[in-house]
Amino acid sequence: MSLTSILLHQALNGLVLGSFYALVALGYTMIFGVIKLLNFAHGDLYMAGGFVALLVLSAISGIVGAGWPGIFLAMLLAMIAVGCLGVVIERIAYHPMLGAPRLSILITALAVSLVLENTVLALTNGQYAAFQTSLGFGGVAIGGLFITYSEMVLVGMAALLMVTLELFVTRTQYGRAMRAVAVDTDMCALLGINVPTVIGVTFFIGSALAAAAGTMAGAYYGSLWYFMGFLIGLKAFTAAVIGGIGSIPGAMLGGLVLGMLESFGTQIPGIGSQWKDVFSFVVLILVLVFKPTGLLGRSEQERM
Amino acid sequence: MTEPLLHLAGIGLSFAGNTVLQDVSFAVQEGRVASLIGPNGAGKTSLFNCITGFYRPRAGRISFAGQDLRRLKPHRITAAGIARTFQNLRLFREMTVLENVMSGMHCRTRAGAIGAILRLASQRREEEEIRAVAHECLAFVGVADERDRIATTLPYGHQRRVEIARALATRPRLLLLDEPAAGLNGGEKRELIGLIRSIRDQRAITILLIEHDTGLVMRVSERVSVLDHGQMIAEGTPREIQTDPRVIEAYLGSDEDADALL
Repeated sequence: MSLTSILLHQALNGLVLGSFYALVALGYTMIFGVIKLLNFAHGDLYMAGGFVALLVLSAISGIVGAGWPGIFLAMLLAMIAVGCLGVVIERIAYHPMLGAPRLSILITALAVSLVLENTVLALTNGQYAAFQTSLGFGGVAIGGLFITYSEMVLVGMAALLMVTLELFVTRTQYGRAMRAVAVDTDMCALLGINVPTVIGVTFFIGSALAAAAGTMAGAYYGSLWYFMGFLIGLKAFTAAVIGGIGSIPGAMLGGLVLGMLESFGTQIPGIGSQWKDVFSFVVLILVLVFKPTGLLGRSEQERM
Repeated sequence: MTEPLLHLAGIGLSFAGNTVLQDVSFAVQEGRVASLIGPNGAGKTSLFNCITGFYRPRAGRISFAGQDLRRLKPHRITAAGIARTFQNLRLFREMTVLENVMSGMHCRTRAGAIGAILRLASQRREEEEIRAVAHECLAFVGVADERDRIATTLPYGHQRRVEIARALATRPRLLLLDEPAAGLNGGEKRELIGLIRSIRDQRAITILLIEHDTGLVMRVSERVSVLDHGQMIAEGTPREIQTDPRVIEAYLGSDEDADALL
């Protein structure tokens, strides 16, 4: 393989990986925006999304097959189910804690994460579950690069979801309310905005995006595991920090940057793929030390 | 006398044993410009917080257009027709001037979250209406030219106007202004008086303001109420207030304000 084709191939890998990171990071950053919580259970919603999609797909594959139509339908249902799960989690676990010190709600999030992971652990006996699809390995060669159809559809779907989200946030009354709640909750109440509803909508969307990523990752990698959300949760957090936590375009950018960094970082001589995670978290530390507001984040300066 | 638009009766509020408001009764007639004055710490902003639902008074009743407000959440009170601005600037950072004002229309819109996600045709139509109303509110306060700027980059006096426009966008019947003249220069204060009058005259909105600039209060208000140490000590026309011995006493007690009153 020539150097160009290696680089192109890594760019493609980075794009696919970055799409997953970006989708999960979006929920992270949106939830942080509205209730200032680092939702450590967010990665587990990605895992839950994968499992729900697998259940749906195995139920319907007899009728619609396990190709894209089936996966698409499974993803849609997983998004709705996990979106509702996110809303329920917020209502039960986080909402009563909103007035409590920040640390309490953070610990609650860790507990929610453990509950989700262990529930799935108990249900699956800790086994990997095969995510069987009939996608095949077809694709097209462009120059020195072979792109499978699956990769194209995955990246395309991720992009579509992100564009939809961006339109929602900038062009609708609810999207504006979401951004407004992130800035000043009390003022929102005074403007007639039902803040708990806006928080609920934010959890629904954030969780649904994580479920979409979980479904895509399941279809792409072919397997699911109860613990698969842990690492991507941390990675999505890293991506959100790189982009600037609280910033929606920042989460998209941060996800892609992290995907690319991992993909290319492992090509540096002497750094093999076993160093991939170390590479990510070193980047996290560097960002936190040198540019804590991230690429697109703004510093939180209270003007008196 | 007709039933007042806003009616407070026997309001009591205390925090950790400290009495903030004691047996405060107070009414604002529809169509008036009324003011609430008093020395620092008298409880004026606390009273606003009771009206808008941020504080729960331990005693008393608050009714607005015949509706009991005491059990309502702040966003419901806004929906009932009361809008408010704050002493300090509280525009949403990172949003444009127009978006800030559009946020004010949330409780006047119907398209729900699902419609917004699916971007239904009705939602788009409504979005256009919201934009038009927000633009009209900005034009009314005189800052329509700056609608696409990030709100917090505007000069101070203009940010104040955007806040008023945002409050107008909630379609209130009663507008509470908390120290609207704070930080404004002489010319801006004169413009503010004109704006307050036109809000009342052209939009038929009743106004209640808290203000430290007693000169402005005396010029713009038809009724003035004076709060001191959490108690309502006087109520009347500006002329009556200026000669009321209890008011002079209250202001003399806090030295510097006495000259401002007279």
